[in-house]
Amino acid sequence: MSVLVDRDTRVLVQGITGHQGTVHTRQMQQFGTAVVAGVTPGKGGSLVEGVPVFDSVREAVAKTGANTSCIFVPAPGAKDALLEAVDAGVKLCVVVTEHVPFHDMLVMYPYARSKGTRIIGPNCPGIGAPGKAKVGIIPNVVFQPGRVGVISRSGTLTYEIVNGIKEVGLGQSTCIGLGGDPVVGTTFTDALPLFESDPETDALVLVGEIGGTAEEDAAEYIRHNFTKPVVAYIAGRAAPPGKRMGHAGAIITRGKGTAESKVAALEAVGARVARFPYEIPQLVVDAVRSARR
Amino acid sequence: MVKLAEWQGKKVFRSYGIPIPRGEVARSPAEAQELARSGKVPLPCVVKAQVLSGGRGKGGAVRFANTPEEARDATAAILGLDFKGERVREVLLEEKLPIGRELYVSLTLDRSQRLPVLISSAQGGVEIESVPDGSIDQQSVDPFPGLTGYEKRQVSKVLGLSPPQARSIGGVLESIWKIFEQEDAELVEINPLAIVGDGVVALDSKVIIEDDAAFRHPEYAEIRDDRTELEEIAREKEIAFVQLDGNIGVIANGAGLTMATLDVLKELGGAPGVFLDLGGTDDPRKVSEAFLLMARAKPAAVFLNIFGGITRCDTVAKGLVEAMGQVPPSERFPLVARIRGNNEAEGIQILRAAGVTAISDLREAAQAAVEAERRPA
Repeated sequence: MSVLVDRDTRVLVQGITGHQGTVHTRQMQQFGTAVVAGVTPGKGGSLVEGVPVFDSVREAVAKTGANTSCIFVPAPGAKDALLEAVDAGVKLCVVVTEHVPFHDMLVMYPYARSKGTRIIGPNCPGIGAPGKAKVGIIPNVVFQPGRVGVISRSGTLTYEIVNGIKEVGLGQSTCIGLGGDPVVGTTFTDALPLFESDPETDALVLVGEIGGTAEEDAAEYIRHNFTKPVVAYIAGRAAPPGKRMGHAGAIITRGKGTAESKVAALEAVGARVARFPYEIPQLVVDAVRSARR
Repeated sequence: MVKLAEWQGKKVFRSYGIPIPRGEVARSPAEAQELARSGKVPLPCVVKAQVLSGGRGKGGAVRFANTPEEARDATAAILGLDFKGERVREVLLEEKLPIGRELYVSLTLDRSQRLPVLISSAQGGVEIESVPDGSIDQQSVDPFPGLTGYEKRQVSKVLGLSPPQARSIGGVLESIWKIFEQEDAELVEINPLAIVGDGVVALDSKVIIEDDAAFRHPEYAEIRDDRTELEEIAREKEIAFVQLDGNIGVIANGAGLTMATLDVLKELGGAPGVFLDLGGTDDPRKVSEAFLLMARAKPAAVFLNIFGGITRCDTVAKGLVEAMGQVPPSERFPLVARIRGNNEAEGIQILRAAGVTAISDLREAAQAAVEAERRPA
């Protein structure tokens, strides 16, 4: 067992005929993922990397039994693509697309949830479970099968950190890049229970960023519900304070959202917090050792 | 993000039926005088600098005028002010209303709830951060039913309004909700919302439109924060550009890796200057474009931190060496490259052969960049 994806994962790529869609379809195949269908309206009947392309998700699901979608459709069409996948009964959608308006996510997220579909992203690198399946764009080269889980709000920084785990001779159970947008389908708090109940995960690495309160919320969840050792890193400790959401945003977060607040919250619940990315691998080694005791 | 100036936000307010004072924009003292003289702006009036930063009242950027001449002089005093780094180019002249209490209302996104939130307070007219939590009411608004009657009644109660005032604010709240949804706003804020007789009037506006929704709103394309030429080029190439105080230029791919790079440089005593974030890509063409853009910013040294996952590091390195050839010798600067991922050894070899300090360890590479910046050219 792994988290969210496994050997039964059958991937459908929405926007498969675009550059990104094609490149990453090949990468997912090389990882060993069963990519069974592609969808690009108007391009039905063609083949991309040997994968049959359909005009609609409903048709793709009916003909191939796809159960997971990887969405590369550009932002203006991303909402429609997601709703189409949800209505076709797809239960897991990884939205790689960046610059999806959060107003669209305010519709996409509750709609998907009401139909029992989980969204990862948008603006995310997706999920990878080495030896099983990858849905998204995390480079294959960073993975190695193992027992460390990773959840992250970052993209390339995740690759760096997952790679670091490999370089100290450990491997990963499942890695999920949740995306750093204001509204995401799956937060740390949503993902934590999946790793808690995954028998193949011994320890978890949580990679956060400044802004929002997702890390503080995660710490609160860990305090009561998460029993495995956690290693954390918060990027942006030295970043100049930005007021992206203006003054009203500051009211909602009230002193949370800074690196200090996140580090303090995570340390308070026993997480080993790295100050720099290169400190993570050793902390993971320590965490795994403590988990085995 | 697109931050609307006060007058632009009020134009949006007016089109959605939110009451605002009568007023006009002036770009010269003579124009202000004429607006007051002709009665287009009733006297006495308020003259307000149109800048995006708050705290105008204390900063001398808001003045009062009783005559057309005073309107002219007030405008002359405000135009050209350097207000918190922003040059004042426009003023808004507005009738001075007999106002009662000043209130606060806003609508924005609560990321952790994944829902919009309606914020209100009876303590308006001051910075909302300075108002204690107990005096601020927050209600999540579900986009599916939209803003409900009971949510509006709750705001009226918190603000202590009379029945006619409650009716007036009900309309305002409905309009704020519509603006938030239809204009793809990140923030719609009225502070202060003033009681005037039996109704309420928006004395100020703060409207921020979401950048990612720009494709739905060509009407805001003209309104942008002031950008330098380099920032403009970066925007066109979809490279995030951040200007900091230091002298080390930084190129990285992805916001998280960019921030982590900054954390490491600062720890080692380095002072990062221009920051270019390529986004999640390791496309060699984009790396080279960023390098040439960085060259124009004339940094003392450049630290390039790329995690190459999809593209091979040697491809990125070749592109980079080619781009270096395009920078005239007199404008060259020390470059420290830290590249990791696919074919990293080959990439590092190519860069070293071209005279670049190439190191795969992040800490060591950052240390080299800090030293390169300190070394006299």
